[in-house]
Amino acid sequence: MNKARMILRYRPADRANHWLTAITFILVGLSGLALFHPSMFFLTNLFGGGPWTRILHPFIGLVMVVSFAGLALRFWRDNLMHAKDWRWLQQWRDVVGNREDSLPEADRYNAGQKMLFWVMIACLVTLLVSGFIIWQPYFTPAVGINVVRLAAVLHALAAFGLILGIIVHIYAAIWVKGSVGAMTRGYVTQAWARKHHLAWYRRVTGDNAVK
Amino acid sequence: MALQSLDIQRRSATTTPSPGERKTMEVAKLIDISKCIGCKACQSACMEWNDLRDAVGENDGTYNNPRDLTESSWTVMRFFEVEPQGKLEWLIRKDGCMHCADPGCLKACPSPGAIVQYANGIVDFHQENCIGCGYCITGCPFDVPRLSKKDSKVYKCTLCSDRVSVGLEPACIKTCPTGALVFGSKEGMQQHAAERIADLKERGYQNAGLYDPAGVGGTHVMYVLQHADRPELYALPKEPKINPMVSFWKGVAKPLALAALGLAALGGFFHYMTVGPNEVEEDEEGTR
Repeated sequence: MNKARMILRYRPADRANHWLTAITFILVGLSGLALFHPSMFFLTNLFGGGPWTRILHPFIGLVMVVSFAGLALRFWRDNLMHAKDWRWLQQWRDVVGNREDSLPEADRYNAGQKMLFWVMIACLVTLLVSGFIIWQPYFTPAVGINVVRLAAVLHALAAFGLILGIIVHIYAAIWVKGSVGAMTRGYVTQAWARKHHLAWYRRVTGDNAVK
Repeated sequence: MALQSLDIQRRSATTTPSPGERKTMEVAKLIDISKCIGCKACQSACMEWNDLRDAVGENDGTYNNPRDLTESSWTVMRFFEVEPQGKLEWLIRKDGCMHCADPGCLKACPSPGAIVQYANGIVDFHQENCIGCGYCITGCPFDVPRLSKKDSKVYKCTLCSDRVSVGLEPACIKTCPTGALVFGSKEGMQQHAAERIADLKERGYQNAGLYDPAGVGGTHVMYVLQHADRPELYALPKEPKINPMVSFWKGVAKPLALAALGLAALGGFFHYMTVGPNEVEEDEEGTR
């Protein structure tokens, strides 16, 4: 990797933060699915059985939320929606059809990534609050039964949203070649940056000649 | 706690049928509140038979002792002083698991076989499979299961499934000195209740009736109430059913959400195979 010719997209601390979130997401996701549907209950074996899954899940979840909060602090500014982002979203057919040329240029994140960012935040806040409410045996006994029932449903719905979002996120990383390296090694090629994030490319390279 | 696996007709978190070849009679406990004198012998018998010793609690100025169901008090008598027909009545209700035909606890439980329903209608917790999540508590319309602070397992009345399986009546029934508690086939208990209700009506309790709520498919613990039109006098829900939030969560949401996640992953796979990857075509090193 010739770093001189590449652009730094994620610093080491960004990457570590991302991968801590990713690892805890996998663990909390598998343990959560285990308790969500009988067909997934076998996943409790990965965590030492049913009771251990129940014990570990909320603690891992808490680490995930704290870790994600770090990502949110790092990246929230780059994820603010602007007028051209809404146009980008309207052209989603061009996005999934690999016809990027006609899209409004993206800054560090495109509108799809931005939407995902905010959906993830909404899901994680819901998961955090509802998770505390249904956290046995520490917090649930202090809460009214109907609040617990509501929290249980919301927890499942928000988890569904989160997992769905991450499926999209992971697929996008596989689909858009050159993205994974940004998060594993930190760098993207100049061509990748021009193609996918032209406004960002101009900002970080000062190369304003590119259209 | 009992292990009559042949007679299990429903099992928590299980999507395939349970063994269904053996047919056994549906049983029921009938609690005739008009005959109860509040002696608490049933509470003692329950402790005795099940080897339970609750911690000594505090008196709150009522006869309720212990004040509530706990993980080691599976039945308690609740005392109500009410004036439903202009004169004081002391209503005493033996509270505990109702053994619903459509048990919310079983529906909510995520752990296979932690909650079972026997063919005779008894709903039983198998603590060895219990993971301590407390979901059953959200499923119960009667606020019955209790999570132990000691071992994070849930406990409730077993209807003495161990005794019933060998042809004995539950311990509380055995000990009741007034005949307020009777046990037998569900049908037999309904007939017995009908006789009691006719008698009560003759004695001026116009609204006497049977509490066997249809919203949970009927129960295997039934009450004869002097004021069946007003179950709230006894702190019983008027039309108990599994809470709609729990029904949604444990009903349609469960398979649909899982299917949607699977389809999303599959959708990605086929997108890749049809539309293909999004690659940078210009020379990586090139300046344009």
